[in-house]
Amino acid sequence: MSIDEKIVADFVANRIEFVTTVPCKQLGGVIDQVERSPQIHHVPSNKEDEGMGLCAGAFMGGKRAAIIMQNTALGVTGNTLATLIQFYRIPLPMLISYRGELGEPIACQVEMAVHTKALLAQLHIPTYHFHRQEDVGEFDKILKYTYMCNKPVAILTDASFWGGY
Amino acid sequence: MIRSEVLREIVPLISDHLVVCNIGLPSQELHHIDDQPSNFYMLGTMGLASSIGLGLALAQKEKVIAIDGDGSVLTNLGTLPTVANNVADNFILLIIDNGSYGSTGDQPTYAGKKTSLAAVARACGCETVVEVAAKDTAQALKTALEGDKMTVIVSKCISGNIKLPVIAMDPVVIRDRFMREVQRRNS
Repeated sequence: MSIDEKIVADFVANRIEFVTTVPCKQLGGVIDQVERSPQIHHVPSNKEDEGMGLCAGAFMGGKRAAIIMQNTALGVTGNTLATLIQFYRIPLPMLISYRGELGEPIACQVEMAVHTKALLAQLHIPTYHFHRQEDVGEFDKILKYTYMCNKPVAILTDASFWGGY
Repeated sequence: MIRSEVLREIVPLISDHLVVCNIGLPSQELHHIDDQPSNFYMLGTMGLASSIGLGLALAQKEKVIAIDGDGSVLTNLGTLPTVANNVADNFILLIIDNGSYGSTGDQPTYAGKKTSLAAVARACGCETVVEVAAKDTAQALKTALEGDKMTVIVSKCISGNIKLPVIAMDPVVIRDRFMREVQRRNS
């Protein structure tokens, strides 16, 4: 099973039926798997705060929802995380490509990478960092943890995890 | 007519439906006029009423009315292509367009100037878009509710507010009460 297939299988096993995505090169494979999954309603969004709104609505409609996004988007979702997801205590797995780490070819990505963990820590968002491929083995537990505590939970996935891109 | 007068007119139509209501005065006004477990009040997060409403409509069968404002739609314009391309025929987006940021002191929005949100919605691919004068909002909403077709309504009213207290209900209570109601209606 590929990493992409494992991630989507864990989504399905944890009854996550609604996934919104904003693309990143590193996430292309997993987004394809989400789109192909008959158990998941995939709604691409134009911006990550919009995506979090969709997830909040889907969750209140009875469907567990997740967002797939890039770490740069933490810069535009702070208010939504604080005033919607956290304020109303909505569980939200955030599968995040951690751009700007080792292997990154684009210098500008580093500028948000250096703030990524600090922003997540400031927002008190439980954060996991997948660096080696075997780290995906924890994904299922992280999803269960998210629905246990009703919080947004970040899973940072770097270029080494994805095996370069 | 000002927004609160439009809300008073449409309350008999929306009272028995799931409503996602925009941040600030619109939620305070709806809460004051007709508080219901079927109302989800946004206490923050300007711009996301349409996104929350669409997510809710896509996730379950009951009709959903998102009450939005022109300023809020302008802050999340990317919502309109998402609405257009993810058709939920149980979804109505009602944009009460008073051409101003009402909750912050009636500063003018671009929707009150050159920008037509109805035209933007159509250009984004929304198939059923109606722009009406404030006094015709109830009729447009009635038609949309009977039509079983995803509809964007732009209701043009004048700016102006009534003085109301903020909603004191805890957000988790609002959410829990709303989710129980959604579940009850879908069971």
